[in-house]
Amino acid sequence: MLRIEGVTKAYPGVVANSDVSFSIAPGEVHALLGENGAGKSTLVKMIYGLVKPDSGSMRFRGATYAPAQPSAARALGVAMVFQHFSLFEALNVAENVALGMENPPPMAELASRIRQVSEEYGLPLDPGRMVGDLSAGERQRVEIVRCLLQDPKLLIMDEPTSVLTPQEVGILFRTLRQLSAEGTAILYISHKLEEIRALCDGATILRRGKVVGTCTPREVSAREMAEMMVGQTLTPPERAPRRDWGDAVPALQVKALSVASPIPFGTSLKEIGFDVGRGEILGIAGVAGNGQDELLLALSGELRTAPGMVVAAGVPLGAAGPNERRRAGFVAAPEDRLGHAAAPDMSLVENAFLSGAIRKRLTRKGFIDRAATRAFAEQIVKDYDVRTPGTWVAARALSGGNLQKFVVGRELSQDPQIILINQPTWGVDAAAAAAIRQAILDRAESGAAVVVISQDLDELLEIADSFAVLNEGRLTVPRPVQGLSVDEIGLMMGGAHGAEAAHA
Amino acid sequence: MLKLEKRASPSTFWTWAAPVVAVALTMVVGGLMFAALGKNPFVAIRTIFWDPLFGEFAFYFRGQLLVKAAPVILIAVGLSLGFRAGIWNIGAEGQYIMGALFGGGVGLAFYPAEHWFIFPLCILAAALGGWLWGMIPAILKVRFRTNEILVSLLLVYVAQAFLASMSLGLLKNPEGQGFPGSRSLAQYPATANPELIAGTGIHWGVIAAAVVVLLTWVLLDRHILGFQIKLAGQAPRAARFAGVSPSRLVLLCMGVSGALAGLAGFFEVAGPAGQIKIGFNVGYGFSAIIVAFLGRLSPLGILLAGLLMALTYVGGENASTNLGLPSAAIQAFQGMLLFFLLAVDMFTNYRLRLVRRRVA
Repeated sequence: MLRIEGVTKAYPGVVANSDVSFSIAPGEVHALLGENGAGKSTLVKMIYGLVKPDSGSMRFRGATYAPAQPSAARALGVAMVFQHFSLFEALNVAENVALGMENPPPMAELASRIRQVSEEYGLPLDPGRMVGDLSAGERQRVEIVRCLLQDPKLLIMDEPTSVLTPQEVGILFRTLRQLSAEGTAILYISHKLEEIRALCDGATILRRGKVVGTCTPREVSAREMAEMMVGQTLTPPERAPRRDWGDAVPALQVKALSVASPIPFGTSLKEIGFDVGRGEILGIAGVAGNGQDELLLALSGELRTAPGMVVAAGVPLGAAGPNERRRAGFVAAPEDRLGHAAAPDMSLVENAFLSGAIRKRLTRKGFIDRAATRAFAEQIVKDYDVRTPGTWVAARALSGGNLQKFVVGRELSQDPQIILINQPTWGVDAAAAAAIRQAILDRAESGAAVVVISQDLDELLEIADSFAVLNEGRLTVPRPVQGLSVDEIGLMMGGAHGAEAAHA
Repeated sequence: MLKLEKRASPSTFWTWAAPVVAVALTMVVGGLMFAALGKNPFVAIRTIFWDPLFGEFAFYFRGQLLVKAAPVILIAVGLSLGFRAGIWNIGAEGQYIMGALFGGGVGLAFYPAEHWFIFPLCILAAALGGWLWGMIPAILKVRFRTNEILVSLLLVYVAQAFLASMSLGLLKNPEGQGFPGSRSLAQYPATANPELIAGTGIHWGVIAAAVVVLLTWVLLDRHILGFQIKLAGQAPRAARFAGVSPSRLVLLCMGVSGALAGLAGFFEVAGPAGQIKIGFNVGYGFSAIIVAFLGRLSPLGILLAGLLMALTYVGGENASTNLGLPSAAIQAFQGMLLFFLLAVDMFTNYRLRLVRRRVA
């Protein structure tokens, strides 16, 4: 159906794709695998008409294919569901779908077609509901239905499961299998190797812009695929048996933490309580938008609460600001790297100073110790393998994964007693993710109390000692990870979030 | 088709080239405007930019340059702190007037006594007056989330009304034969702010401006407070993450810019203007906004931009006396400078690309 031959695309300073070839048959679910910066996005953008290749050719359904823009690609039957949704919260489902179409039919007709398609493919969706009221999984259905209405021959899905509960993933996979049975080819981009093994018929693996291998995912192990992707042998994080520190009070106690969200349309926190001891890692799961951002703000001190709600080693700190908490041993890495954890236009040196000034003592009587700050930034870049031409570059010039390594590295390098991280490996490639997880484990082993908020269940189960789920601002009672089954976790997570299977 | 594309890193070249290109464009379009007014554009531009520096009467104009530049620089440096942090004090003109009234008022209260401490006390009072006038929008913003742009701007007109009332009432010169305006501060030795070195135009305000430029440079480049100011302007959420209190920053920036504007006001009425009178303020507080941006909000840049702005003032006066150019034309000329700067500035963060349009 789609055949790509020798496609090359270079940007100033970097070759994003070099002589890439692969093909997809009708009805095939084909995985595109690769680390960050391997060239997956560029390749997909070329297929979708957002970027033009420098050389090479593409053929689609037997004809030469060179879309000048996405509308041309759509007209030929190529549709794409992006990782980040482009939906308007204040409009309803049908209106959102209409906005993405070239010639939308009248609203009533569109609504009935949406209903028809959503039932046909087992994606329950009410065309009249406001998108603002929908869960992430339901929003994704809006995007998928928008594509399906155009009757695509090739559907591109970019990291579709990153925001879904296990049950929602099940529903999505059923839909995708149905589509493929009907002859629609699906190009599936994901980091999650187990999913690819469950879903895909073929896989093309990219590394540094080149095709380094193809495989049939069902026939190889996730580990083998990961190693092809990374080009080196992966080491799973080592875990030493946890030491008993024999503390009378836990390093971090959160007691009946309730606070209104400072974010518009945010989720308020309700009666959250947990203890984390030294050396312990608490993993907090949950679908995005259930209070993760607010919890991190309340723990890091950006959002202040009553003093007794956050207690560190017996000292009430709920009313203390971020810097007071840093003095007490806290470090925090918010989810949004560009703009929150780091200032986009500032250099890495300045960004190292941003949160490191206090614990690394980078000021003298209020004056910035530039040599020490630069040394700190260089140390982070070196220790965490941040790929950058130097520490003088602006944070926004770094790729997402590299900036994440820098941000996490900056926090973990401050000899912290309490570590708070939201989405530690979001958008980071497999090798770097393993390194970040290992660094977190090392810190825990040397006595830090760690709270990790993540949507990646595999990650949490891999590193956490205890596990809890945040749902609509409430936290379940933390349970030891040992002995938890994925089904139990799914039920803890699902809660109010429409994980019901489709009744078509 | 032309397309704007965001640069990965801000361009260093355009950061410094933008003001130069903006000045060039202003000369071209300003020249066209002068031509439309029936003047020879080349003569007009030469009269504004060349004659004050190198012409026949340059010895007089050069001194005027520092006299005009000092208050603008002093105010602009203060404003630049707030502008960097995303705090928009548009009312420096009002703070400048209040500084003059406070400083001049304190000085006149001692008249005709002679004490060494009167002049320093006036300076403190001037800073206090400007600071207070700046604190009104600051406190309203912090407490009630009012818009500091509107409040500070409207307070300019309040300050002007206050100036008029003082010139006609409390501070009116009792020996002034009924003319509005205070006693001469420049001729009262205890408060006078004279030219310190003959022919150079250097007075205490010029020295204050130089010191403030230097201190601000150190603050922004080396001090954690400067870092926090820059951070708050560029990435407000990252600033909160770094523990910066937005309210504290508003109070600080509005206060500092107010105090510096107040200082400039006193140096002006005690020196070049000579007395407190209606209309002694000639818009330095507004020109300082242009100068702050023209100077890229950096202290050294502001120093250069202030001198350039002073040149357009001095040259503009020269042009209106010698060529009969209306003063509104000179103001439009100065406005063009800011307009072009902001337009050209886009190239610092974006690049223009020629995209060949293809039909699908």
